[in-house]
Amino acid sequence: MSDDRRLTGPAQVTAHDSPLWEVFVRPRRGLSHTHVGSLHAPDAALALRNARDLYTRRQEGVSIWVVPATAITASSPDEKDAFFDPAADKVYRHPTFYVVPDGVAHL
Amino acid sequence: MYGNDDPAVVSGLLDEVADAERDLRAAADRDLGAIDGEGYFEALLAADQKIEPRDWMPDGYRSTLIRQMAQHAHSEIIGMQPESNWLTRAPSLKRKAILLAKVQDEAGHGLYLYAAAETLGVTRESLYEMLLSGRQKYSSIFNYPTLTWADVGAIGWLVDGAAIVNQVPLCRCSYGPYARAMIRICKEESFHQRQGYEILHTLAHGTPAQKSMAQDAVDRWWYPSLAMFGPPDTDSTHSERSMAWKIKRFTNDDLRQRFVDMCAQQVTVLGLTIPDPALRWNPDRGAYDFTAPDYSELMEVIRGNGPCNRQRIAHRRAAHEDGAWVRDAAAAYAAKRREPVHV
Repeated sequence: MSDDRRLTGPAQVTAHDSPLWEVFVRPRRGLSHTHVGSLHAPDAALALRNARDLYTRRQEGVSIWVVPATAITASSPDEKDAFFDPAADKVYRHPTFYVVPDGVAHL
Repeated sequence: MYGNDDPAVVSGLLDEVADAERDLRAAADRDLGAIDGEGYFEALLAADQKIEPRDWMPDGYRSTLIRQMAQHAHSEIIGMQPESNWLTRAPSLKRKAILLAKVQDEAGHGLYLYAAAETLGVTRESLYEMLLSGRQKYSSIFNYPTLTWADVGAIGWLVDGAAIVNQVPLCRCSYGPYARAMIRICKEESFHQRQGYEILHTLAHGTPAQKSMAQDAVDRWWYPSLAMFGPPDTDSTHSERSMAWKIKRFTNDDLRQRFVDMCAQQVTVLGLTIPDPALRWNPDRGAYDFTAPDYSELMEVIRGNGPCNRQRIAHRRAAHEDGAWVRDAAAAYAAKRREPVHV
């Protein structure tokens, strides 16, 4: 019986079971969803409702995403490591790298 | 309503919030090369760039921020109590709806700040526990009672006003999540201050009894509001290091002076007086001279001996315990919904 948490009742359930959710809000039609913060909620439906009450009290958004924080994989332990280095020496990816001869239009 | 076009009240501070937000974005565009460890941290600070959660930071920086943000969050949560005392007795449906929205904002501010504090590796449960056990403090101002409806006005004008003066510089705090939360909070707080000012303005221009009720509220809240800026600079324990880390931008006394100068002008429009016979313009300093609050009273309240300390914590604890079955039920429901997927 003790292995069935539905029978042992809610006494075993603590606040620790309320996971962290990251909240993304689309401010207006035509803009991307942007990270605005995080909150705790037991499930996705409640996370959405809490996010509405917490982050859009003044019509800050037309759409909300909530994502379990544990579902996010981050690129690196800090914000500045070698992960992004490969892009650093490839200036030829930018149009400004190229010399455009005089007299060329629409390039 | 006069509130929206009265430039004296808050627009200067709101401009500063907007400036802080613009500078935050501008700093993000300035890139720093690869420097490791403490050198990188110091370089970011020197360049007015934001420290982000996964950056290396000194242990003291982390623990100072956790303490400050947690106490700030606790203050927002406890701060709901003095005002919610008047929710059921607001003089009109309009005033009630406004006050309800304001109290809801305070809850929201607490939650923004708890979430920002969690980015430093502390759990929400431990923060709640620190508040309920009294191991972390909240602003001493919320240990004073709200005796009349005019107190709701005085809290908005003076307490929220002092909070804004304290908080606007935090929009430039070096820790990114805190700065971003503060920008959001300060924008919302300006409504709080204006609604308080409007309540006092209405009362002060009402019957003689209403006016004296407004004056009585200002008389009682003035010095506790001055004390919100903390002990004088000579006694402030955390100031110097926090300034070096750009967590704090101005000293307690500088911010207190700024608040006094604002209020001295605003009180004349209300037609009320600040309960300080020594308050007068000093042309040499370019600021108002004023009587300092009773710091021994502040220390007594911080020690737990204010008028409402026990009541505030007892109420918070009861609310937390009374809500346990809701949290348990929601968690049990979520667990039940998850189970069939895994079977």
